[in-house]
Amino acid sequence: MSGKTVTRADLCEVVYQKVGFSRTESAALVELVLKEITDCLERGETVKLSSFGSFVVRKKGQRIGRNPKTGKEVPIAPRRVMVFKPSAILKQQINAGPDGAGDGQAAPASPAPR
Amino acid sequence: MIKSELVQRVAAQNPHLYQRDVENIVNAIFGEIVDALARGDRVELRGFGAFSVKNRPARTGRNPRTGAHVSVDKKHVPFFKTGKEMRERLNTTAEA
Repeated sequence: MSGKTVTRADLCEVVYQKVGFSRTESAALVELVLKEITDCLERGETVKLSSFGSFVVRKKGQRIGRNPKTGKEVPIAPRRVMVFKPSAILKQQINAGPDGAGDGQAAPASPAPR
Repeated sequence: MIKSELVQRVAAQNPHLYQRDVENIVNAIFGEIVDALARGDRVELRGFGAFSVKNRPARTGRNPRTGAHVSVDKKHVPFFKTGKEMRERLNTTAEA
């Protein structure tokens, strides 16, 4: 693990460099893409992105949980949760990625340092 | 919603863009997430969630049908944790 964290800003930068819109416009578009996905999930709809994976909203029924510290039983209200199902392609790429075995840095042809 | 519908929705709100461009944007975003995970990086999107890679050590599994031992190689699996804001949004909307 190289342990770096990629954020919105990095995604905007990639869009800016690859697609060639201004930084401001790239940032707005990244935001809009995420917003559309979020809105869709909020409606309870599944979002499928080929070669990436799908986001599914699941409904959980009420159940009895336990406070692990006190051991007291507490009811857990019914709620909706979102799960991500990675596509086979994504799984494959992750295992082909940094290393087939171990955590050695195989340094894939990375673009200019950011 | 599938990728092409996502592209259409984004394009509809940006009439000055070609659908082709929007497609490139969506592909660039998810392509970068995949690349980052392949590098072993984490991807954190506030208000949405975080993608990370988890290690699964090698183990001996069983074929459930025959009961035979099979060795399972170690592997990396993608993992997604829903962000706080997203979790709240899923539960504040009128329960469908």
